[in-house]
Amino acid sequence: MAGAKEIRSQIASIKSTQKITKAMEMVAASKMRRSQERREASRPYADRILQVISHLAHASPEYKHSFLLERPRKRVGYIVISSDRGLCGGLNINLFRKVLHKIQEDQREEIEPIFATIGTKASVFFKRFQGRILAQANQLGDVPHLEDLIGLTKVMLDAYQAEEIDALYLAFNEFVNTMTQKPTLYQMVPIRSETIDAVRHRWDYIYEPDAKSILDTLLNRYIESLIYQAVVENGACEQAARMVAMKAATDNASTLIDELQLVYNKARQAAITQEISEIVSGAAAV
Amino acid sequence: MAMTVHVDIVSAEGNIYSGLAAMVYAPGEMGELGIAPRHTALLTRLQPGEVRVEKANGEMEHFYVSGGLLEVQPHVVTVLADTALRARDLDEAAALKAKQRAEEALSGQVAEFEYASAQKELAQALLQLRAIEKLRRAQGR
Repeated sequence: MAGAKEIRSQIASIKSTQKITKAMEMVAASKMRRSQERREASRPYADRILQVISHLAHASPEYKHSFLLERPRKRVGYIVISSDRGLCGGLNINLFRKVLHKIQEDQREEIEPIFATIGTKASVFFKRFQGRILAQANQLGDVPHLEDLIGLTKVMLDAYQAEEIDALYLAFNEFVNTMTQKPTLYQMVPIRSETIDAVRHRWDYIYEPDAKSILDTLLNRYIESLIYQAVVENGACEQAARMVAMKAATDNASTLIDELQLVYNKARQAAITQEISEIVSGAAAV
Repeated sequence: MAMTVHVDIVSAEGNIYSGLAAMVYAPGEMGELGIAPRHTALLTRLQPGEVRVEKANGEMEHFYVSGGLLEVQPHVVTVLADTALRARDLDEAAALKAKQRAEEALSGQVAEFEYASAQKELAQALLQLRAIEKLRRAQGR
């Protein structure tokens, strides 16, 4: 009968684990919805600012901002966005793998990578990878704020302007749907010309104080908003991935419990049969 | 009916206001601006201050912006508001902090992932303290 008791406690422990994973699944589902809303809310700002930038770039073609110019690459900066916590499937690892792949390609052309990391997982990973980390921002929480990203953005953009890096990439997970998150590597700086080629107007603004300084501010704000959007999007991905992972864990726990329940029933039955046969044979002997 | 202009106040974190207005007042970098409908196209930076939107019925809406940009087109006024108080030195401080965090993590003293070993050391230290206390008590008797 000892076997039966052990199995029973094992079932109980799996059941309590299942309760936790089930709760995590539901929490992730509701958080995911809110992150998606935040992602939508950040769209108008970025769209508007991009429109104005395109207009400015065309209205004053003689002024070329360094963010719009390609130059030969010796060092490339990566801003890698990850989650702070684990238990979200292969989300972070898939993204890191994509970044590493790109770095390996670059290494053939002797381009050196430099990192800025957002999220604990990325800083741990790229520290172990022996990469040069210029800046990091961790523990942004479920509601990330732009303020927490200003410092990191400035470090990388300053590095670009000081020609310490010659391009800046943003690595994050793109939210396709609940089941699919696509690791994405996006070239932020220099801004691709096709991004700003969309609009052409015949009129021009009055600038106060002047077009150049406004363009500077706009470009900085644009890049900040891109990073913010990516952080929010990655947050939605994190919750979706966690939801799926926890659902799988809950399902696995159910199968395990079912199997153990069968084993338990058999053991219990065997014990009863044995007891009866002992009594019967005892009675026969008397 | 009074002439109106469409006003959008957006920040990177979301939409703040969207609606029609008879007049918009904003703290431009070169001075306070009053923008009536069909104002000529204008682009300027904003100073920290108050953006006021006067609706067609004379009602006023007040918004505090900590800076940003103002884009005016004859029928649309867009305020691209900053969410945070921005100044050159404040940005500098934030940048320094981000760098510092990276350096601290690389020197490996404050980093999150050393948490486990730190906890172990703490537990050991606590045990030692308890042992010392016990010894003291034994001697006191």
